[in-house]
Amino acid sequence: MTEVQKIEFSPEAMLEVSRIVSHYPQDKMKSALLPVLHIAQNEFGGWLSAETMDYVARLLHIHPIEVYEVATFYSMYNTKPVGKILIEVCQTGPCCLNGAEKIVSYIEKKLNIKVGETTKDNMFTLKTVECLGACGYAPMFQIGETFYEHLTEEKVDMILENLKQEKLKAINN
Amino acid sequence: MPKVTIDDITIDVPAGTTILEAARMIGENVPPAMCYYSKLKGSGGKCRVCLVKVTKGSEKDPRPMPKLVASCRTAVMDGMEVKNVTSPEVIEARKGVVEFLLVNHPLDCPVCDQAGECHLQDLSYEHGAAKSRYEFKRRTFETRDIGDKIKLHMNRCILCYRCTQVADQLTDQRVHGVLGRGEVSEISTYIETAIDNEFSGNMIDVCPVGALTDKTFRFKSRVWFTKPVYAHRNCTKCTGKVTLWYQGEEVLRVTSRKDQWGESEAFICNECRYDKKATSDWKIEGPAHVDRHSVISQNHYELPFELPVTQKKLQ
Amino acid sequence: MGRKLLLEHLNKANINTMEGYLQNGGYRSVEKALKKMTPDEVTEEVKKSGLRGRGGAGFATGMKWSFLDRNSGKPRYLLCNADESEPGTFKDRLLMEKIPHLLIEGMIVSSYALGCRTSYIYIRGEYMFILRILEKAIAEAYAKGYLGENILGSGYSLDLHVHPGAGAYICGEETALIESLEGKRGNPRIKPPFPAIAGLWGCPTIVNNVESIAAVVPIINDGGDEYAKIGIGKSTGTKLISASGNINKPGVYEIEMGISVEEFIYSDEYCGGIKNNLELKACVPGGSSVPILPNHLLLKMSDGNPRLMTYESLSEGGFATGSMLGSGGFIVYDEKACIVRNTWNFARFYHHESCGQCSPCREGTGWMERVLHNIEYGHGKMEDIDLLWDIQRKIEGNTICPLGDAAAWPVAAAIRHFRHEFEYHVKYPNRVFDEDHVYQPEMKMQKV
Ligand SMILES: Cc1cc2nc3c(=O)[nH]c(=O)nc-3n(C[C@H](O)[C@H](O)[C@H](O)COP(=O)(O)O)c2cc1C
Ligand code: SF4
Ligand code: FES
Repeated sequence: MTEVQKIEFSPEAMLEVSRIVSHYPQDKMKSALLPVLHIAQNEFGGWLSAETMDYVARLLHIHPIEVYEVATFYSMYNTKPVGKILIEVCQTGPCCLNGAEKIVSYIEKKLNIKVGETTKDNMFTLKTVECLGACGYAPMFQIGETFYEHLTEEKVDMILENLKQEKLKAINN
Repeated sequence: MPKVTIDDITIDVPAGTTILEAARMIGENVPPAMCYYSKLKGSGGKCRVCLVKVTKGSEKDPRPMPKLVASCRTAVMDGMEVKNVTSPEVIEARKGVVEFLLVNHPLDCPVCDQAGECHLQDLSYEHGAAKSRYEFKRRTFETRDIGDKIKLHMNRCILCYRCTQVADQLTDQRVHGVLGRGEVSEISTYIETAIDNEFSGNMIDVCPVGALTDKTFRFKSRVWFTKPVYAHRNCTKCTGKVTLWYQGEEVLRVTSRKDQWGESEAFICNECRYDKKATSDWKIEGPAHVDRHSVISQNHYELPFELPVTQKKLQ
Repeated sequence: MGRKLLLEHLNKANINTMEGYLQNGGYRSVEKALKKMTPDEVTEEVKKSGLRGRGGAGFATGMKWSFLDRNSGKPRYLLCNADESEPGTFKDRLLMEKIPHLLIEGMIVSSYALGCRTSYIYIRGEYMFILRILEKAIAEAYAKGYLGENILGSGYSLDLHVHPGAGAYICGEETALIESLEGKRGNPRIKPPFPAIAGLWGCPTIVNNVESIAAVVPIINDGGDEYAKIGIGKSTGTKLISASGNINKPGVYEIEMGISVEEFIYSDEYCGGIKNNLELKACVPGGSSVPILPNHLLLKMSDGNPRLMTYESLSEGGFATGSMLGSGGFIVYDEKACIVRNTWNFARFYHHESCGQCSPCREGTGWMERVLHNIEYGHGKMEDIDLLWDIQRKIEGNTICPLGDAAAWPVAAAIRHFRHEFEYHVKYPNRVFDEDHVYQPEMKMQKV
């Protein structure tokens, strides 16, 4: 299943890119870099390969190094491949006061991976992140754009199982 | 013209002059600078070794500044009073900064090409403690070639950003930059890209430490065993005014000429730097004047020495 | 019940939609400001209100607006700081998620006061779901004529866009935010020049926190004087506090400035007391950057009077015995919480978030984290405690931006007030934790 993906935005993504670019003065296209990289990451498998970054550089008329500099600075951009479902658990102080560390160990045991690793079936990657602005609803993790809060072990089981089924269904269709 | 007093010496300087430049005009007790480079726009402010204390803001607003300021990026105001070496607070902070700079800096001076002309080495002689209190593993990177002429020892880099500014300001396509964030940021091209343009070699000259070195430096030699000589040639791309570094009768490397603050007087092109390594390529002017308080000058160079090659011999 | 100016309509039906918002009196301040007031009059009301920036530094908003260079001939920009990444802070999120139109309304009135043609909301990338909520609300506002050309026939035109970050706490610092909006790494700029003179794309720029901008709405609706009646001294109006940690009712509360800290922690209207009937041990009252205070200093000021939730009262005594209101990220620790572990955790945060430009912060934050890690995991030495003190002291005040200070203060305060816990960790390396990192009860407030 290693088909080579052609690096080119879908027409919908392209439309979104032009909408974003229109938010900035014409000679300040570079300002669109962060939002466009988000789109690129969504479009091309959840991470930014050098080819993807070069494509974005061409699109915005900037040097590739300007994209690399930015992509490696911000923690939301993955410069290495990740699993289909990226679990980002908040591990900052306030969450830890309410059991974040236990949730991390629980997921590690459950998926049989350590933080930073991906399961063999390439389904889950577990990552710890810093404060996500959910301290009052701890413990929590983010998957995609969704915040899952007030986590318990049972809730974690349910959420991960549901997401996995969804992904499998999408792949089979 | 604003009047500024630094360590009790008063001088009139043009408006907009920074404290550091004013101190250089006075010429005594000049704050050190690792990241500031007068010829590079936007440089400075990062390393923090040039911190000074402003005890009086200006005639108009005499309040002292609440924090130490980076002298390289703070413009003088009329009536400003500044303390550099006369402030124990400044000395203490500077010592701290030097310690921070050394936290991740390898102790490989014995094998480093820059030894003898390294600003960090000079600085740690003046401000360093005998022993580092840092007990952890230093961050390490692989040594890499960026292009066929430049070697990058990222371990030694202090992230002054000067080399990226050279690339931005002297060339029209920068291919290397600062990648990553915080303690693990690094100078890199990200993907294998050779740095290749007419003026790229100046990155080597602006590097204050031994992170970027000249791969064509033909023989491994300690800087203080080589003899610097001023020379020039007619060059269409740059001024052609350089320093030749001799060992015996052989030119080991070519660099720009450094002023007393260790800055290039004029940037030179790659042809002069890499391709002209025969004495016959050059008109020799005389021994280079090295007057930084550096390890080199402490060794030999204030003494006059015989030119390794005289013009006569060439003819 | 305290008065609510921002969250008054939080639980009204459809308050997140234009319709629901209008039904509850929304966009009145736009009508009033654009049709009946000059931009300077709007600024004047904000000055009168005494509103101080809610992003952390507490700088007077009206005063900041008056610094904006209005004669440069360049466009002027208002940037809303919705980066909200300070650990313990999650108030802006609630405002934007539940009442997005309040922020948009505030942006319109504030942009009018500052003479901006285009304004941006810079939101942290992790809040992408809120970006979508805001964009939907902005589209509604365009449709109703509150944004775009010639708003409500007033002759004033404004475009408003939302710009996502991508995971970097430092982008909350205003010049890093500007760099990031320009599509660059979030490296703070060296000041001067200040943004009010040369900010976004070199143009005069004002950066304000979400809550500050939202507060402009009630200020214009009811008048600055009315707003200033709430609160004590230079702490006027209401403040959103995000409460978290070991309390019964974590969440976001709008308080009138000036209620006592004790009331905030123990009253059922707010935090509802400490969870599991444990004792209060300590509190970080204003987001992870501000000094932690042990319970006795938290509840009372040095003169023995109760400490109040105001800028002045929380900082009374300086760092020796006081702290700061900061961003209002109120983190509460019960008697079982381990201060050393928490300090290590915060140190790791700053280490992770340092942009790496200046040497004290780049090298010092990592060093502190490693030393703290050693102490926490039983490999510490007594000298390490003094070493930590020395490192933080050499970072503080010597960096480009305040992140260096923010990294230093929590370490300093923890050693200042809880040195005995550090010493205990060094002395009894094996006794500190069970395997779940739960603090051993026998350690409770034990002095060595
Ligand atoms: C490291 C750092 C992070 C910051 N993060 C935020 C933030 O997330 N949100 C915010 O509003 N202000 C933040 N600030 C404060 C801003 O720099 C700025 O003071 C504020 O946005 C001004 O708005 P205000 O005057 O309305 O408070 C941060 C400052 C620093 C130094
Ligand atoms: S203090 Fe830290 S975050 Fe701020 S500029 Fe320096 S390195 Fe960057
Ligand atoms: S020389 Fe001024 S901060 Fe580096």
